[in-house]
Amino acid sequence: MCSTCGCGEGNLHIDGVSPHEHPHTHQHDHEHEHDGCHHTHPHEHMHSHSHHHEHTRDSAHIDPAPRMVEVERDLLERNDAVARENRQWFRDHALFALNLVSSPGAGKTTLLVHTIEALKNECQCVVIEGDQQTQNDAERIRATGIPAVQINTGKGCHLDARMVQQAMNNLPPLNQGLLFIENVGNLVCPAAFDLGEAHKVVVLSVTEGTDKPQKYPDMFHEANIMLINKIDLLPYVDFDVEQAIAYAQQVNPNIKVIRISAVIGDGMDEWLNWLKENANEARKVRDDDVHALRRRIAELEARLNP
Amino acid sequence: MHEMSLAKSMYEIIEETARKNNAKQVKSVQVELGVLSHAEPDALTFAFEVVTHGTIAEGARFDIIRLSGKAWCMVCARTVPLPKLGAPCPDCNGYQLAVTQGDEMRIASIEII
Ligand SMILES: Nc1nc2c(ncn2[C@@H]2O[C@H](COP(=O)(O)OP(=O)(O)OP(=O)(O)O)[C@@H](O)[C@H]2O)c(=O)[nH]1
Ligand SMILES: [Mg+2]
Ligand SMILES: [Zn+2]
Repeated sequence: MCSTCGCGEGNLHIDGVSPHEHPHTHQHDHEHEHDGCHHTHPHEHMHSHSHHHEHTRDSAHIDPAPRMVEVERDLLERNDAVARENRQWFRDHALFALNLVSSPGAGKTTLLVHTIEALKNECQCVVIEGDQQTQNDAERIRATGIPAVQINTGKGCHLDARMVQQAMNNLPPLNQGLLFIENVGNLVCPAAFDLGEAHKVVVLSVTEGTDKPQKYPDMFHEANIMLINKIDLLPYVDFDVEQAIAYAQQVNPNIKVIRISAVIGDGMDEWLNWLKENANEARKVRDDDVHALRRRIAELEARLNP
Repeated sequence: MHEMSLAKSMYEIIEETARKNNAKQVKSVQVELGVLSHAEPDALTFAFEVVTHGTIAEGARFDIIRLSGKAWCMVCARTVPLPKLGAPCPDCNGYQLAVTQGDEMRIASIEII
């Protein structure tokens, strides 16, 4: 994140390249350009800065009366608008898109690798990986032979809809299948950001403690499905599966739960079947959309050539 | 600290509104923040100060209007207060609740000169 303005653009990289959609400029920089001496007299900066304000006040003599302007706009309106575009794009391309969220190390990438190995011959799969640094996770996915894009958020603590939209450009043309978006390992921040996914999938591993859904309710509230991972480790850790599920249901009574071990394979069939059903459903929705459009075209043609 | 991203989105809306209204300066900002929303008031206030530094909104008063949480209880079939996610229905003590209010993060108004 840029320390001057707090935005993440300076550090964002997609497959190692900075998108730089628009020039990264700040008000500060403009002011510096005007005083024209901040390179040689860095200490002047503070003075010229406050003079700037004094001056505005003097020249106005009397402050005009403040007026209230109604705004009534959501803080996340821009993200949500891009997320809607993504969602429509996924629908048009019959992609079942999932946003995987968890604390660091809950097993998202391991789960994806095993999922893809099991499905890649039946179903087209693609992955968008989000991490602050490194290409490691995208490389682990690519080793299975399927396409993956790595987003590095730098200091950013979550993916947003725009990053996903940009990352889609680095994927081959897609026409039905599964899109897995692995979010930055963080059980807090990604909860607020819709990426256009069909569902958030929260992965909770048994080494993290039973009370995680109580401690981080926002994420469990936003997710439609919870995977309890690393159940092969249950004999060695103090984790109460039933209690963890009860806590998750307290913040989200409709949450679907699957218990799995990504490495041993327990519970994988239930997860894979759920994915296949939903991928088929996404294809059906797209085919219905196409049929509806064809019918509409035929109707219009009929009106043009009565 | 996703509040930084939220503050940046907030600043874009403030700046656009101020520009459309030929404002010289933004004096105050009123934000509605539900108690069940994804932002902490203190973190958002801090992020607002950082993001607006050196802009038309520098030094603007930042007013947070807290909106209470409400949910529809499917068992009681009525709206009940929900002070936080994971709290039970005050009547039936159950958790069959669907949030109906309190997740807002919205700029209500800005005061400009
Ligand atoms: N015993 C056991 N270990 C697992 C399981 N799933 C993942 N792991 C291990 O957990 C560690 C972290 O797994 P990752 O797949 O890298 O986790 P992640 O959620 O992708 O991590 P980040 O991307 O860094 O947030 C690795 O050492 C995995 O081998 C499991 O089901 N059982
Ligand atoms: Mg990973
Ligand atoms: Zn009730």
